[in-house]
Amino acid sequence: MLVVGIGVLIIKSYEKNGILVTEDLTLPTDEQLKKGVAIIECIQEIPCDPCVAICPVSSISMEDINDIPKIDYNKCTGCKRCVGICPGLAIFVVKVVDNRALITLPYEFLPIPKVGEIATALDREGKSRGLAKIKKVNRRGKTTVVTVEVDKKLAMDVRNIRVD
Amino acid sequence: MTVNDIPNVRTCITPLKNDNIIFEQDRVGELSDKKFKDRKIKNINTDITVVGSGPAGMMAAIAAAKQGVPSILLVDENHIIGGQLVKQTHKFFGSKEERAGVRGIDIAVELLDEIRNYKNIKFMLETTVVGCYNGKKEHNLIAVKRLNEGDQLFEIISKKVIFACGAMENMLAFPGNDLPGVYGAGGVQTLMNVYGVKPGEKVVMVGAGNVGLIVSYQLLQADVDVDRVVEIMPKIGGYHVHAAKLRRCGVPIYTSHSVKEVYGKEKVEGVIVVKVDNKFQPIPRTEEKIPCDTLCIAVGLTPSIRLLKQMGAETEFIPEAGGHIAVHDSLMQTKIKGVYIAGDSSGIEEASTAMIEGELAGVSAAASLGYDKNAQKLKSKCKKALIGFRSGPFGEKPRICKEKIACCWDRGVNY
Repeated sequence: MLVVGIGVLIIKSYEKNGILVTEDLTLPTDEQLKKGVAIIECIQEIPCDPCVAICPVSSISMEDINDIPKIDYNKCTGCKRCVGICPGLAIFVVKVVDNRALITLPYEFLPIPKVGEIATALDREGKSRGLAKIKKVNRRGKTTVVTVEVDKKLAMDVRNIRVD
Repeated sequence: MTVNDIPNVRTCITPLKNDNIIFEQDRVGELSDKKFKDRKIKNINTDITVVGSGPAGMMAAIAAAKQGVPSILLVDENHIIGGQLVKQTHKFFGSKEERAGVRGIDIAVELLDEIRNYKNIKFMLETTVVGCYNGKKEHNLIAVKRLNEGDQLFEIISKKVIFACGAMENMLAFPGNDLPGVYGAGGVQTLMNVYGVKPGEKVVMVGAGNVGLIVSYQLLQADVDVDRVVEIMPKIGGYHVHAAKLRRCGVPIYTSHSVKEVYGKEKVEGVIVVKVDNKFQPIPRTEEKIPCDTLCIAVGLTPSIRLLKQMGAETEFIPEAGGHIAVHDSLMQTKIKGVYIAGDSSGIEEASTAMIEGELAGVSAAASLGYDKNAQKLKSKCKKALIGFRSGPFGEKPRICKEKIACCWDRGVNY
């Protein structure tokens, strides 16, 4: 907590360092993770709603354009369309299969990874969390949508890759 | 700066030619008539002139054209149409109607295609409006078009004028800020994304607003090392999602930090950053020396209102607008009848709202000429969209800005 001027202003950690912690998010259950669901890491009220418009099963909802998107994990099919459309690159699809986690993330760097390659898995702080195997690459838009495979334990940590 | 005897030229956006003669200018420039001695002033008569072809200007021209205004002239000092959109490689926020999820560069192309389809819109590029004055019924703009064989002076006589002149980047005062390698973030973005020039190898970014965060990310995309982002405020000013993109690429963001000085002999060799207390004063012995070749400054923008000021439009200092702006009504008309504003020059905001304001100004100007088909409906649609965009926490600044402007307009009466 930080005192500024007369009023007391609580600055959340992500407002200072740009990194979300799992407490900032509403996480799916293990059951929901098995089928694969979108994790929306968009926690500020910004005027934006393409995720709502693109969802084919209406699992993402918003009453006003400034609302934070709410996702119904039971409705979400993990189709990944929102990953490529989100202007903030803030949506990830996570699916847990046995002891592995499949993480689908937006990627806007060159070279574009190829299926079968091994990249470095990075967390929200850009720190290396071991290896990530490239399983799928969708290049339909300029935001490449990449699915990587990592250890199940890292399902809620890995959010980027580095292709060396 | 004065280039080839033409005053008030923004050299940062003017292509360099072999025989350019450039002078620093420390006062209002004077246009020498020597330059144009052997040429006649060309006159242009038009219904609506739009100054500036960024998102606001383009939308204003399109909206007026749709309403059926017979002749619209779009003037821009750059050699390409689109304003800042042409370098914005990131996807825009917003809703489907405002082209959310589409990149700025693609919006520029879409809007340009639309403009080309309207026979009633003509555009003049590399043309700087250097002066304007209002007549009884019309407004006169003096413009200089840069041509290969010399410059041509124009007098544009226009029934209505829409100023969508955008904004200029703010600078910071610190030792070494005049060394080559110290850039405005917008300038760096232009170098990279418009001209394909890598601005440096290692960058320190000052300012964690959306511009600082977005340009840092685009520097990474251009394979430039971004050492860190420093921000004097105790929290990140831009959207968290932009900060998160940078963080997961490993770029740290230092809040409550600022640049103390830049060192180097002939160019930037490094920067000294320092932690600040809650009164923004440097805390002794917290200095850190960071070797780098580029310092990028993203500390806000100031609306460009010089032409409006020259015309005698009533202006007001509104901190939330980013500086002085022309007082205007809810339909974007200034205190000078027939003169409208839109976009950043009416208060610093975003491209999405600039487009809506541009549309509103275009519809209003067209309506005042008698082309008022569905005008009420279109105006309320725009107003509603603007309110929507400004209703969230990030819309607070523009919301306050526009409320203050409303108060300036006849003390809030008839706004």
